[in-house]
Amino acid sequence: MKKIVLCLFLFMQSVHAEIEVYQFTSPELELRYQALTEELRCLVCQNQNIADSHAELAQDLRRKVYEMLNSGKSNKEIIDYMTERYGDFVLYRPPFNARTIILWFTPVLALLIGALSFMSILNRRETNADERLSQNELARIKELLHLKSNKK
Amino acid sequence: MRLRFILPLMAFLVMVVFLGIGLKLDPHDVPSPLINKPAPAFTLPQLHQPQKTFSPADMKGKVWLLNVWASWCVSCRQEHVYLTEFARDSSIHLVGLNYKDEPAAAMQWLERLGNPYKISISDIDGMAGLDWGVYGVPETFVIDKQGIVRHKQTGPVDPIILQTIIKPLIEQLNRES
Repeated sequence: MKKIVLCLFLFMQSVHAEIEVYQFTSPELELRYQALTEELRCLVCQNQNIADSHAELAQDLRRKVYEMLNSGKSNKEIIDYMTERYGDFVLYRPPFNARTIILWFTPVLALLIGALSFMSILNRRETNADERLSQNELARIKELLHLKSNKK
Repeated sequence: MRLRFILPLMAFLVMVVFLGIGLKLDPHDVPSPLINKPAPAFTLPQLHQPQKTFSPADMKGKVWLLNVWASWCVSCRQEHVYLTEFARDSSIHLVGLNYKDEPAAAMQWLERLGNPYKISISDIDGMAGLDWGVYGVPETFVIDKQGIVRHKQTGPVDPIILQTIIKPLIEQLNRES
């Protein structure tokens, strides 16, 4: 048991060592660094942002973000720098433009289609319920109910 | 009544078509926004003579290829033989950007396997590669006489890509003024 704990401990240490530590002159800068690295996608392991990825490219991109922040660049300038080189793909929140219109509208469209078909199914059920009982049947129900209340 | 069966079937078919297209797409083939933009500038030491430098501006007036490679990269090894064969044509200006590599290991690699490059440069910290939007070696760029990036091949080249895409493009760009 002790050995396992020791192994886990050593493993944790090595994992921590992989993410480099940057010193920031202000906490505000550090927050911006965190926000930006979480927004940017790593192109090597495409389902990770660069804050989480251990890929070499992610390390380089983090370094670039750090350097740009330190030289006083705005968030927009940094995002623009990345998209100029890696395209919109580098952004986890793709911009709204002609090429991404399908991406943005499909969920709304799917929801609309779903809601419409749900409503039409409900409608059909209601009308079916009315049609199922003919006039004769309704009369018979009345008769039966009447009998019951009479017996009381 | 029949619509009830046809509609879901159509929805299913549309989905099949989209998923089918999705299967054929390579998620690693991200289109480069650099295409038809000026090649990003850099000044880097040459691999064999670090005191000498190279920058893309040196190639102005020539159609040239920038091949990004590294000795640690497995698929670079795979494309190397085709690149060497292709670069035997002396009218092809092939520049090698050695990306995030040990210069000694890179020189050894070229010595052992052959050197197809007219010029080799080393980008040890990978910052020039970052400027070019490199995210996975090997990558090959085609740059025209004006210094505009015209094509990017992500991943290893093979004879088909070289003969059907790269070569015709170089010929076409050579005809442009």
